[in-house]
Amino acid sequence: MTTTWFASADDATTRLSEAGYLTDDATALTAYLAGALEKPLLVEGPAGVGKTELAKAVARSTGAELVRLQCYEGLDEARALYEWNYKKQLLRIQASQGDAAWSEVHDDIFTEEFLLTRPLLSAIRRDEPTVLLVDEVDKTDVEVEGLLLEVLSDFQVTIPELGTVTATRRPFVVLTSNASRELSEAVKRRCLFLHLGYPDAERERAIVTSQVPGLDDRVVAQLVDVVVRLRELELKKAPSIAESVDWARTLVALEIGDLDEATVARTLGVVLKHASDQQRAVKELKLALS
Amino acid sequence: MTLLDTHIGFVEALRSAGLSVSLAEGLDAISALEKVQWHDRETVRAAYAATLVKRQPQRVTFDAVFDIWFPRLIGSGVAGDGLEPVAGPPDTGPQLERFREALADALASGDVQALQDLAVEAVARFGAMPGRGPGLSSWSAYTSLQRVSPAELVERLVRGLLAEGMDPDQAERTAGRRVGDFTRLVEGDARRRIAEEKGPEHVAAVTVRPTIDRLDFTAARRSDLEEMRREIYPLARRLAARLTKEQHARRRGPLDVRRTVRASIATGGVPLETHHRPRRPHRTDLVVLCDVSGSVASFAQFTLMLVFALREAFSGVRAFTFVDDVVEVSDTFRPGADVVEVMESLATSISQAALWGRTNYGRALTRFAEEHGDAIGPRSSLLVLGDGRSNYSDLALPVLADLAGRARHAWWLNPEHPRHWGTGDSAADRYGEVVPMVECRNLAQLGEFVHEVVQPHPAR
Repeated sequence: MTTTWFASADDATTRLSEAGYLTDDATALTAYLAGALEKPLLVEGPAGVGKTELAKAVARSTGAELVRLQCYEGLDEARALYEWNYKKQLLRIQASQGDAAWSEVHDDIFTEEFLLTRPLLSAIRRDEPTVLLVDEVDKTDVEVEGLLLEVLSDFQVTIPELGTVTATRRPFVVLTSNASRELSEAVKRRCLFLHLGYPDAERERAIVTSQVPGLDDRVVAQLVDVVVRLRELELKKAPSIAESVDWARTLVALEIGDLDEATVARTLGVVLKHASDQQRAVKELKLALS
Repeated sequence: MTLLDTHIGFVEALRSAGLSVSLAEGLDAISALEKVQWHDRETVRAAYAATLVKRQPQRVTFDAVFDIWFPRLIGSGVAGDGLEPVAGPPDTGPQLERFREALADALASGDVQALQDLAVEAVARFGAMPGRGPGLSSWSAYTSLQRVSPAELVERLVRGLLAEGMDPDQAERTAGRRVGDFTRLVEGDARRRIAEEKGPEHVAAVTVRPTIDRLDFTAARRSDLEEMRREIYPLARRLAARLTKEQHARRRGPLDVRRTVRASIATGGVPLETHHRPRRPHRTDLVVLCDVSGSVASFAQFTLMLVFALREAFSGVRAFTFVDDVVEVSDTFRPGADVVEVMESLATSISQAALWGRTNYGRALTRFAEEHGDAIGPRSSLLVLGDGRSNYSDLALPVLADLAGRARHAWWLNPEHPRHWGTGDSAADRYGEVVPMVECRNLAQLGEFVHEVVQPHPAR
């Protein structure tokens, strides 16, 4: 009944890289374990290192559909799980006024027809393989975590009027977090944990080359060198992979064949998003400002 | 030891090192291990890490404990095979020469495997010490590093890298990093050898350092301080996120009749949802007075940086530093200022804050009351940072009591363990009678405290 997501860690590496996501060994192994143990995977790390992309890549490489729940402050049950379409229910009651007995109407308005499923419930009810992405779970309130607990541990949802809906096929769950808040122990306990950091220079070159094929290998090497040096500085926001890729795209768009100091200084805004960070970089890298 | 014993011992060691590993997580780890191949040690490490470590700062501790419980090799291993044929004592001049040549080559090429093998050899050959009893031996990373002294190779390494066409700055950084890596490898290998000798339980308890947010400010090394500084902004961001959330949770003010009625029209006049007016946020004025003399300087810097990173949460922040004279440093913390520059100008302010260079709380407090006494009003909170070690001088307790009495709240943050309060020249206990004294030894405690201060209705 259960789907095998990946056959082994090596299988995960190959299939994810075919889907355009280059992993390291630990990431591939953890992704494989998440599938094999049917446990949710909690991915933490700085912005722009490919947390969300990992979930998308898993979906692409296994041919599963991605169901996404974007978390934000104030997200509640009605938007995460399910909601009764009360406007339609009101209409139904008004339309049948006088004709039908109350008991009939009462049974009628709490059926599938009036149920609005939200991402969590949809993911559980699907028969096809599904990847459920709960994005930026640290942005939600603590109450939503409680809601996630039932879904994540037993893959079931209890709707008082309908009964308990249990997953016929367990989805591959990925939760991402920027660690802006500690998640509760209860949620963490149920998940496998993976920290995505900045990649080593070699892997970053491979990622940039695969994402931006038009760029010369020499320029890619120069670019990654500069980014690695920037990460060593004390910056408010160190550049991540997303910024490297953006930078590579910028260079392609500007048709720059050599990343010299002047070019770095001119295009620094793509990589560093704080004025003070840019000043520091100019100073530390001894860039000549034109 | 069976595999299960090793597993249980490992989990126990993690717990005593401060990781909260639950029984369920231990079971998860076992079922994860069932699913993976065991031929690669890194696979086992990753499987354990995915199931047991749920907080990234704990990863360092985890790796240290893992290396002790699942050692890379036993004894001198493959690298040691080459050791045996050498006649006579292993640690001789020519041997050292040969070893340093090999090390210089490995450092120059940055070959990780070669460095690892050399680290094993360094400990085996130069780090052996007689053990406590007959037939026992012990190992010292310190002795090996003293003998090999990789730091002396840095210059040679830099020259080599320059010849390869690297620019000077980068060459120096690369050389420093490679030597640092080698040092860590040697330390790790010495731990492994000791663990082999004495049993892993013993070593894990002694050598594993606490995670960076639990590390005492006063016990921090230079590299730790840098790492802590990098933690300040993420910590401030986490606190700010938590604060907005808590403020929003309390935001529901009185019923907003107009919006409620307006919304009820959509549901045929039935007010299904009520709307409320937001509550006005309450903000405090904060006055920070910090001792920046040598012993507590880093603690004061961290606190100031954290407070200023959270400035939105206060209606105003003023900061003063003192050793025996008082200087205002509020201007140093411009919004969006660069961290490194702030640290530099703070350092200059320290020299201005010292007339004679010996900490004198009494004098500093009196000067503060005279010159900046108007900074404290009924809406402001006073925060004093320092260890209260005043070189047996006058304490000016009435001055502090007066300042505290005028402020809305007053706290004293002390980076020392409470058991040291009032010992030697510490006047922490006597100041503690005037102003509540709070223990604040690491980033975790600092974060908790600042959060409590910022809250509109402090729990105290």
